[in-house]
Amino acid sequence: MIAVFMETRDGKIKKSSLEALSEAKRRAVEMGVETAAVLVGDAVADLAPSAFAFGAVKVYLIENKTLAAYSSQGFTLALAAFVGEAKPAAFFFAATAMGRDLAPRVAARLGAGLASDCVKIVVKAGALEFTRPIYAGKAFLSLTLRSRPNVATLRPNVFPLGEAVPVAGQVVKMDVTVPDGTVKGRVTEVIKEESAEVDVTEADVVVSGGRGLKGPENFALLRDLAAVFPRAAVGASRSAVDSGWIGHSHQVGQTGKTVSPNLYIAVGISGAIQHLAGMSSSKVIVAVNKDAEAPIFKVADYGIVGDLFEVVPRLKDELKKALAE
Amino acid sequence: MNILVFVKRVPDTESRIRIQHETKSIVEEGLNFVVSPYDEYAMEEALKLREAQGGTVRAVSVGKDEAVVVLRKCLAMGADEAFLVKDDSPETYDGLRTARIIARTVERKFAGTDLLLFGKQAVGTDNSQVPAMVAELLGLPQATVVTKLEVEGASATALREIEGGMEKIVLSLPAVVTAQKGLNEPRYETLKGIMAAKKKDIPVVKLEELGFGPDELVSQVDVTGLDVPAQRQCGRILTGEPAETARELVGLLRTEAKII
Repeated sequence: MIAVFMETRDGKIKKSSLEALSEAKRRAVEMGVETAAVLVGDAVADLAPSAFAFGAVKVYLIENKTLAAYSSQGFTLALAAFVGEAKPAAFFFAATAMGRDLAPRVAARLGAGLASDCVKIVVKAGALEFTRPIYAGKAFLSLTLRSRPNVATLRPNVFPLGEAVPVAGQVVKMDVTVPDGTVKGRVTEVIKEESAEVDVTEADVVVSGGRGLKGPENFALLRDLAAVFPRAAVGASRSAVDSGWIGHSHQVGQTGKTVSPNLYIAVGISGAIQHLAGMSSSKVIVAVNKDAEAPIFKVADYGIVGDLFEVVPRLKDELKKALAE
Repeated sequence: MNILVFVKRVPDTESRIRIQHETKSIVEEGLNFVVSPYDEYAMEEALKLREAQGGTVRAVSVGKDEAVVVLRKCLAMGADEAFLVKDDSPETYDGLRTARIIARTVERKFAGTDLLLFGKQAVGTDNSQVPAMVAELLGLPQATVVTKLEVEGASATALREIEGGMEKIVLSLPAVVTAQKGLNEPRYETLKGIMAAKKKDIPVVKLEELGFGPDELVSQVDVTGLDVPAQRQCGRILTGEPAETARELVGLLRTEAKII
């Protein structure tokens, strides 16, 4: 069995968990094993149908009032109990903030190795081989894990979402008690960013700005451009962040986030090696820069050499027109 | 408050990475090694907490003798003491192995620690595994990817970064916290600090002292491949009137790249 942890936020399963489930399904079919999903929370039974739709044959349901809010310790206890019961050969998580917090804890409890932030999974001689970026994508490491289950986190936005097929499956309810005193740290509040924009790691389109923008106020240009697309986010180079023009949660690169959107638009970014590392796995890269020699053009599929203050507004208009058609 | 800060020696972020294919490893020759950038935020936070509340700050690194350099930097920044847990094995990419070494070191050598600070990940291996694994092995609560930390008595409140926002976490100490950029602005070492750091002794903890069974430190990870990504092809560069190039680009994105 390949099992996948279903992360829920705002009463829904996260898209990146469904991507991980879709990938689990594909590999499980290849290996001739079944796919299962695990839901943990207070009242999450209603979410089982979407897990079935994306390929789970079984949904393990661990419902408990003490698991209503996320805690790494409570959820680890629940998931270790699941592994004890179902004995999956592999256990996948989405490499989200929660998945990155939780998967290592679960792996340590099981005494298992962990493949973090995978971008490719293949079946070789009956075993899973995981490929993951290191040095923020300057190199790629492939590995197999000796321990069972093979625990892995899968990078969001990389593995294609399967087609949803409305089918029923088997719900397996599990009782897990979380003894008092087990959970010594818990989430007391979730604070959303006011803009409620998508995170750069989850966006389909990322519009990033660098020093060429000349000041924080000009990020408005990029926000306008991003607003043309349905799931777009604004990113930034390290120098823009270090200058205080935009928050570090927007930083793309080796000390920021690694992104792989369908479209990455780099505006006024020269392309320092540590920035290139964070965005080179984007499907299509567009660069706008006035310096024709800027290193960013070496990785761009399409480049415009010109003044960004003139190009970006026109690009926005043209895109708007094209997307309206 | 007794604080441990865990630091790793890594190639700086400007490094070009080359591969030694036979051994499936990174070519270390010519690389400039530094304290992993996120570990510096952890170090700074520890020093700020000590300044505000007193106590000790100890820096610990697991690695080869070369790691002494990053420990000296921690001493120069202001750590009271630094320890090298000597592990001569090449990079295993196995977070669990390192986590076991650290957890055992804490149990055997640093009982009574209130706070274990790490960078959110080591730049390079990019695993983000060790801190949460250490927390689990020691039965401690954790807050990872933290941009704000407040400690009061035996409890801490942390803001941690999640997609599109923040989570507030309340933890009882002892606890594991990992630092994200934005937590603080790491200080530079002073000349006086550097001079003093040179004179300090850095005790070495040997793996044999930690009493591991024969199989406990076997890596769970078998590296099957290591490669640099294929160079992206240099694309099409448009020059000319802004309105014209913008129109041309959108046309290409539609007809050639087929993404809009």
